[in-house]
Amino acid sequence: MGEITNWMDQIVKENPNVVTKVDYGKTYENRTISLLKIGSKSASAKKAIWMDCGIHAREWISPAFCQYFINQTYKTDPKMEQMMKNMDFYVTPVLNVDGYIYSWTDNSTRLWRKNRTPGPEGCECLGTDLNRNFDINWGTLGISFNCCSIVYPGKSAVSEAEAQAITDFVGNRTDEILCFLTIHSYGQMLLIPYGHPNVIAPNENELVHKHKKTTCNTDLCLAMKKVHGKQYTVGTSPDILYSFSGSSKDWARLQGIPFAFTFELRDDGTYGFELPEDQIQPASEEAYSGALHIITHVHDKEFIKPTSTAATVAAMLWTTMMAVFVTSTVIV
Amino acid sequence: MRLKIIIVLTILTGITGSPSITIRPEVELVDNKQRISEQQNLVTETDEVVEDVMATGELNPNHYPAQRAAKVVQHYINTLYGSPFKVFHLHRVHSGNAEDVADSGRKYQLEISVQEMISNTSGKCSAEVFFSRGDKQHSPQVQVMCEELLKINTTKEEDAFYQHLKKNTSLLSAEYLPDSHGHIEPDMKPLWHLASVASSFIMLNESTQDTLFNMAQVANVTQLATESDQLKFEYLILLHEMVSQEIIRWKLLVSWCPPEGVKVLQMEKLPHCHECEKPPNTN
Repeated sequence: MGEITNWMDQIVKENPNVVTKVDYGKTYENRTISLLKIGSKSASAKKAIWMDCGIHAREWISPAFCQYFINQTYKTDPKMEQMMKNMDFYVTPVLNVDGYIYSWTDNSTRLWRKNRTPGPEGCECLGTDLNRNFDINWGTLGISFNCCSIVYPGKSAVSEAEAQAITDFVGNRTDEILCFLTIHSYGQMLLIPYGHPNVIAPNENELVHKHKKTTCNTDLCLAMKKVHGKQYTVGTSPDILYSFSGSSKDWARLQGIPFAFTFELRDDGTYGFELPEDQIQPASEEAYSGALHIITHVHDKEFIKPTSTAATVAAMLWTTMMAVFVTSTVIV
Repeated sequence: MRLKIIIVLTILTGITGSPSITIRPEVELVDNKQRISEQQNLVTETDEVVEDVMATGELNPNHYPAQRAAKVVQHYINTLYGSPFKVFHLHRVHSGNAEDVADSGRKYQLEISVQEMISNTSGKCSAEVFFSRGDKQHSPQVQVMCEELLKINTTKEEDAFYQHLKKNTSLLSAEYLPDSHGHIEPDMKPLWHLASVASSFIMLNESTQDTLFNMAQVANVTQLATESDQLKFEYLILLHEMVSQEIIRWKLLVSWCPPEGVKVLQMEKLPHCHECEKPPNTN
């Protein structure tokens, strides 16, 4: 974790015009929760993309991906430069700092998932599953009130400091934030909340159709498969994984953020949480391709497509009517 | 006529002069929280009903009912054909069908692709999985037919490994396969593969329509001395159950030799280890 914190500070130092570090919460063990805000500076408030990693301690590929993503943002790429002018990126490399540090202690702690808040009185176990703690149908599905359970949702909704940090920061910016991405592993899936269409481009019907040569049913899946051939299934949690309440992505959607995705990165069960180091780069590359696909659509939908269509149509009508007016004036 | 045109032009100017319209999908405001909660609850109830309905008839191959049943087939194939040099993994579900069988349970028919991990070859299989319902919970029953895949020849590697261990005077042992960084020493990989196969017996026995098992890690393995032809190993294996997200610990006594394949001689589920901490006097 120390390495990650130092690296974040270094990124800010090297790119002061584009990157700022924001401390936005404290963990149970009083460690700071920080994000990097990346985007060209602007006088007025900008729209934004939210990404968080490391909610679950053992999912080590997740913080690795956030760092990869941050590295990609400030590289010179014309499309990314345009998006950074119009939007800010809020990226949290590690949300569950206590849990993450604990999972690095030794071999016996590697598979820890929750945070490190002590259990209720009389409980010999500790930890709350942060992705069951958010205030959306809290404590109803996919949870256990046994405090030793790995899906213990906490003593109440948003009881946990880490969940509170996101709730406060994102909650104060729901008009700004267009897209909420939360990164997990493993399973190779992209999860969308209840009833949300699994699309991410202007013409929805173009995306959701069967591609004959692959088993991908969405363009998002195809975009990711192109990179290294890995298949990611897109769908709602209840359909492709299991039902559960209190998740950050469902909460984000409830706040009105229209695009909320949970990424479940590599692999599909062979190594599971202990993904080999030589897979970090390719896993990040394909996840980046997926994230970019979503972000580009969100950006274009907000800043490009609708405006140009309306303006073009209006301009056409105006020109036509002018021509008619001039003609009729001349004749009459 | 001219007046009408002027009016139309004025209106058009009005439109073009207006601020750019941003089309955003319907945004649900916090005011609607109650309604959304109700909707979500409704979705939950419907979901359960739908689950029963959906898991009958033609199945969506990407959805969990077909995926969980297909994983059971993977476990079954490994118990029959797996070895330290042959491990099968579910690659894809192509299609599936489910039907209730009177009151006794539910039967799945699946077309899947399975991959052999070491040779990196894949092939198609047709399978049937039966989950029983009711008081007596039996492990799922599986029938499978695969293409050439299962006949992959690994005799040379298996014999070489077997001979090597038989001749070795010291007994092998290892811990944490893979380690925290996903690394496995090449020499230890056959023991990791053997663990996958042995786990498959447990995962097969324990599977239901509400579970999805993978082997998370080998906590430790110790080779035991034997006088028989078999090689014997004691394993402590950590399984990951996806739906509950729990890590489940099993102690297994496993035997293997090339002609007889992998056998699990004893199995013991260990209690949940909440912290699994080392004794206080170690750092």
